[in-house]
Amino acid sequence: MKYEAPSTIDDAIALLADAQAAASVLSGGTDLLVRMRADMAAPGAIVDIKRIPALNEITETADGWRIGAAVPSAVMSEHDGLARDWPGVVEAAALIGSTQVQGRATLAGNLCNASPAADSVPAMVAASAKVEIAGPGGTRTVPVEEIPTGPGKTSLAAGEFVTAILLPKRAALSGDAYLRFIPRTEMDIAVAGCGIALSLDDTGTCQSARVALGAVGPTVILAADAASALIGTKLDDAALEALAAACSAAATPIDDKRGTAAYRKHVIGVLAKRAAKIAYARAGETA
Amino acid sequence: MSQIHVTTRLNGDETEFLCDAQETLLDVLRNRLGLTGAKEGCGTGDCGACSVTVDGRLVCSCLMLGAEAVGREIETVENMADGETLHPLQRKFLEHAALQCGICTPGILVAAKSLLEQNPSPTEEEARYWLAGNLCRCTGYDKIIRAVMDAAEEMRRAS
Amino acid sequence: MALDKNAPETRSFKVVGSRPLRPDGIDKVTGRARFGADMSAPGMLIGHILRSPHAHARIRAIDTSKAEALAGVKAVVTRADFAAAPEGMEDVLDNCMAGEKALYDGHAVAAIAATSAAIARQAAKLIEVDYEVLPHVTDVDAAMAPGAPALHDGRSDETVPDGYSANVMSRVEYGHGDIEAGLAKADRVLERSYKTAATHQGYIEPHACLATMGPDGQADLWCCTQGHYMVRNTCAALLGMDQGQLRVTASEIGGGFGGKTTVFIEPVALALARKAGRPVKIVMDRTEVLRATGPTASSSIDVRIGMTKDGRITAADAELRYQGGAYPGSPVGMGSMSAFAPYDLENVRTIGYDVVTNRPKQAAYRAPGAPMAAFAVESAIDELAKGFGLDPLDVRLKNAAREGTRSSYGPTFPAIGLEATLRAAKDHPHWSAPLGPNQGRGVACGFWFNFGGDTCVTLNVTPDGTVTVTEGNPDIGGSRASMSMMAAEELGIPYEKVRTVIADTGALGQNEVTDGSRVTFAVGLATIEAARAAKREMCARVAKIWGIDEEAVIWEDGAAKPAGPNAGDYPPMTLAEIAAIASNTGGPIAGHHEVNAEGAGVSFATHIADTEVDPDTGATRIVRYTVIQDAGKAVHPAYVEGQFQGGAVQGIGWALNEEYIYGADGILQNPGFLDYRIPVASDLPMIDTVILEIPNPGHPYGVRGVGETSIVPPLAAVANSVSAATGVRMTDLPMSPPKVLAAVQGQQEG
Repeated sequence: MKYEAPSTIDDAIALLADAQAAASVLSGGTDLLVRMRADMAAPGAIVDIKRIPALNEITETADGWRIGAAVPSAVMSEHDGLARDWPGVVEAAALIGSTQVQGRATLAGNLCNASPAADSVPAMVAASAKVEIAGPGGTRTVPVEEIPTGPGKTSLAAGEFVTAILLPKRAALSGDAYLRFIPRTEMDIAVAGCGIALSLDDTGTCQSARVALGAVGPTVILAADAASALIGTKLDDAALEALAAACSAAATPIDDKRGTAAYRKHVIGVLAKRAAKIAYARAGETA
Repeated sequence: MSQIHVTTRLNGDETEFLCDAQETLLDVLRNRLGLTGAKEGCGTGDCGACSVTVDGRLVCSCLMLGAEAVGREIETVENMADGETLHPLQRKFLEHAALQCGICTPGILVAAKSLLEQNPSPTEEEARYWLAGNLCRCTGYDKIIRAVMDAAEEMRRAS
Repeated sequence: MALDKNAPETRSFKVVGSRPLRPDGIDKVTGRARFGADMSAPGMLIGHILRSPHAHARIRAIDTSKAEALAGVKAVVTRADFAAAPEGMEDVLDNCMAGEKALYDGHAVAAIAATSAAIARQAAKLIEVDYEVLPHVTDVDAAMAPGAPALHDGRSDETVPDGYSANVMSRVEYGHGDIEAGLAKADRVLERSYKTAATHQGYIEPHACLATMGPDGQADLWCCTQGHYMVRNTCAALLGMDQGQLRVTASEIGGGFGGKTTVFIEPVALALARKAGRPVKIVMDRTEVLRATGPTASSSIDVRIGMTKDGRITAADAELRYQGGAYPGSPVGMGSMSAFAPYDLENVRTIGYDVVTNRPKQAAYRAPGAPMAAFAVESAIDELAKGFGLDPLDVRLKNAAREGTRSSYGPTFPAIGLEATLRAAKDHPHWSAPLGPNQGRGVACGFWFNFGGDTCVTLNVTPDGTVTVTEGNPDIGGSRASMSMMAAEELGIPYEKVRTVIADTGALGQNEVTDGSRVTFAVGLATIEAARAAKREMCARVAKIWGIDEEAVIWEDGAAKPAGPNAGDYPPMTLAEIAAIASNTGGPIAGHHEVNAEGAGVSFATHIADTEVDPDTGATRIVRYTVIQDAGKAVHPAYVEGQFQGGAVQGIGWALNEEYIYGADGILQNPGFLDYRIPVASDLPMIDTVILEIPNPGHPYGVRGVGETSIVPPLAAVANSVSAATGVRMTDLPMSPPKVLAAVQGQQEG
C-alpha cells in the first residue's frame, strides 16, 4: 500500500483516478482505518487530503457555509458562526464517536462511509446541504442525499471525491435539530436518528420543513409526509403525533444487534417529536 | 515495500522514523520509538487507551497513520510530567486512588489534560462526557472524575 | 515472645486503615509501567493465531505448506505440534489449540511466528483448513434439549438424569429441609423464570505474552496473568516440560476480573518459540479477546419461593442452568451454593446443571456464578415483599443469615456482616431520599465465599534497615500497597520503608492465582506471619547482644526492647540498628511464611439503586447508587472503595447493556467495544460506598476479601429499581432499551 498526501485538489484527482492504484481517500480516517484493520478494506493506496489547504477551512460565503472535507467535527463545534446558524448539523457531527474521534472525523467522511446510521447525514439532509465533488470531469455539486446509494456504497464516480459540504444561508425564523437514540449515553452507533429543519412565519406557524431519518433504512430517508405533518401547524400535540406516525410509517428498518425493527419504528417517531420541538424553539429564537 | 520517512516533533523533540504506509501512529510510537505509554485496548477508537495529542488536539493514535505525522506536534503521556515533577492530574490520580490496574490511566490522563486546556472549569457532567471515549473497567469512574475535578480546581487556584 | 495471636485484635492500627500512595503509582501515571504487550526481546518474532470462522466444525485437514513457504515465516504450529495433554488438562489444551473439532467461532486452529505482524497475518490467510461444518447450539435451554447438536458425546457424568442431551455435563444439588412442606406453609408461592446473557470481564488490556525457549529446554515467559505460577504449571504440562525449567514473570496486569486465571496464548507462544528457536510475542486484539477468551456463563434459572404475609420465607427452591461454553466447568456449582446464602432458611434447595454450547470456554468472572443466581433470587424476594406491601429491607432482615445460621450450602456461619449491611442501608439517607417522575428504587443483597489457598511471602531486611516484601501474586488493584502496609504495621516502621515486589516463579514456592478475593487476606496473612518471623529473629539477635533470654525481648514500635525482669535495662534497638550489624550477629535477617491459607471470611453486601426509565424509549439511567459492604478490615480504604465501585459498575453494565449476541449462524455479532457496551463515564453517577468492618476471625487483622461481592447485588438491585420505575417486573438481562420498552408497552396494552 502507498501513502500519498497531495497538496492540491488536481493532484488528488490524478492519484484517485489511477485505476491501478485502487486508492482510497483518507480524511479523518476514523472509519477507513477501522475497516482496514478488520480486513474489510485493502486499498492499494491512500490519498490523504488533509494537506490540501482549502479543505481544512470553514468559510462563510454569499450562499451560506462551506465546510472543507478535511475539517474535523471538533473544529466545527468550536466555530461560533457555524454553530449559531446550523446547530443541528454541528451537534450531529459532535455526536460521532468520542472526543478523540471528533478530533479527526469529518462530515465528508461520515457521508462517504455510507453507513445507514451516520449521525451527521440526516442533519445535513434536513438542512438541505449539498456536496461539492471534484473529479476528472471537473467539479459538480449535488444534494447530500444523492451520495449514499446503499450501505457502504456511494454515487461517486471513479476518481471523484468530496471537497466540501455546502450549507445554505440560515433564513430568518428557521431552526434545525438532530437527535439520535443510543443504548448508552455515548460511544454507540445510532439505533435511530432524526434531523429536522423548519422555518416559521411571523405567527409561529411552520412554513416549510424537512425531516430526515437515519438508521431506519439502507440510506437516509427524506420523509415528505413527516414534513407535511408539520407544515401549517404550530407543532401542537396533534401535529407532533402525526409527525411521529409519518416517521414510523416512512421507516423501513431491520432487526440487528443494535435494535429491533419494531423498536426503531417506534423510537424514530419519539425522536422526531423531540427534535421538532427543539428546531421550533430555535426557529423562534432567530426572529 | 519501501518505507516512508517521517520527520515530526514528538514530546518537544524533532524525531525521525521510518514506517510502512499502513502502520498506525500507535504502532510507530510503541514498536519503533519505544514509547509504550499509549496502549492498544481495541485498535478501533472505542477505548481511548492510545490517546495522544496531535497539534494540540486529542486523538486516538490507533486511528491515525504514522505517515500522517509529518510536521506535526505529537504529545504523549511520557511528556506529561516535568522532569521529576508530576503534572497535577498525575498527582491527583495517585492521591485519589483513581487507578486500579492502570492500563487506561495514560490515555485518561492525556484526555483529561486536553479537557482542562480547553475548559479549565468543567462541570462533572462535562468531564464525564469528555472522557466517555476512555474506557475504564476497574474503577467505575468515580475516583477518576473526582481526581480530574480536584486537579482542575488546584490548577485554577495556581493560575 | 508473644506475637502469634491469630484472632482479630481490637487494636488501633497505625498504618492499616490509612490511604498511602501506591508503590507502582508513579510508573502507572507516567506511562513507564510495563504491561503484557510492552516487553520485547532481541530477535523477537510476532505470533498470530488463525481462528475458526465456524461455530462448530470438524477439522478434516490443515495444510500449512503455503504459509510456511512465505518469506519471513519462521514457524507454524497446529495441534499436531502438541503432545497429548496430561489427564485433566485435555480441555485446556484443546481450548488453546483445537484438535478434532473447532467448537466455537474464534477457536484457535493454527498459529504462525513471523518477522512482522503483517507477514504473520498474511501467512494466516495462506493456511488451508478443510472444515466439515456441523450443526451448532448457543442457547443454554436449547442445548439441554434432547436432540440438540452435541459438542462432546459421552462426557456427561453419572449425576445427569435421563431426558437431557449430551451437552448436560453434570448436575449438582445443595440444601436441606423439605421444600414442599415449607411451601405449604406459605401465604404465597412465587414461581418465576429468569435469564441472563453472557458477559465478558472486559479488561482493557488484551492478553499478551513473550516466550523464549532455548535448545536446552529452559524457557522464560513474560505475560499478563492473574497467576504466573498457574501459567508455569499449565504450560509446563502442555509442553512436556519440568516446571522448574520454565520461569514465568508476571507483567503489570491491565485488568483481569477472573478472565486471566487460565492460559490461552501462552502455550502457543512457547510452542512457536520452541519450533522457531527465537523469542515469540503474541498480543491478542480486542476481537480475539471477545471471541476466544472467557466470558462468563449465560443462565436460565427457575425460582420458587414461599413467603408468609409477614415476610418469613418458608421454603426456597431454584433450578439453575448455566452454559459455560465449549467445555465443562460453568460456575453453576458456585451459583447454586451462593443463591440463597444470605438467608436463614429451614427449607432450601438448589439444583444446578452444567451445560456446554458452541461458545468460547467461560472463564471466571468476579464472583463466578453468583451474580446470576442473586439476580433471580433477589428479584423474587423483592416481588414477594412488594406483593405483601412489605419493606424489602425488612423482609431481608427478617430472613437474614447470622452467626450460627446453617447456610444453604452446608457450613454454619461464624460472625458475618449481612445484618449490619441491611441496617446500614435502612439508616442511609439514600434509602429515604425522594424519587422523581419515572424513577424507581431497588435493593438487593449479595454474598461471596472468598478464598485462601497456597501462598508464599518472603520478607527481607536490608542492611540499611528498609524492608522488601516478595510475594507471588500479580497486583491487580493496589495489593502491593496493602502488603507494604501490613508489613509496616507489624514491624512498627513507616510505610515508606517497605517495598513490595511481585517475584517471578523462580523466587518463591507455589502461589494460587490472584482470584477469589484472596490476596489481601491470604498474602496479607503470610506477610504478617513473615514479618513476625523476622521480628522473632531480630529479638533473638538482640537477646544475644544483650545476653538475656529471647523471651525477655519484646518488639514494640519498630524496636526490640527488654521486658520482664530486664525492662529498662537496655535502650531499645531499632530495626535499622539491628539490620546494620546483622552480619556480626549471625547474618542477614529475613522472615518467610508458606501456607495454604485457611479461614477466609465470607462477605455480604447490600446495594441500593435508583434508576430513571424513559417511558418513550425504554432507556434506563442510573440516578443514584450506594454500595454497603462488610470488608472485615479495610487495609487501604481507598482501594476497598474502588473494589466496591468497580464491581457495582460491572454489575450495572451486566444489568443494562452488556451481552454476547450470536447470529443464527453461531457467529458472535459484537466482538468489539463498539457493540459490546461496557459502561462509559457519562453513563454513571458517583458510586457511594459504606465500608463496614465486622472482623474475620480467620485473619490477624480481621481482613475479608472485598473484590468480588460487589458485583453480586447490582443485577437484581438495578432490575428491582427498573421494575419499580416502570411497574413491570424485569426478568431477562440485559434490560436493553428495546426490552424495557416492550415491557412498558405490553403493560399499557395489557
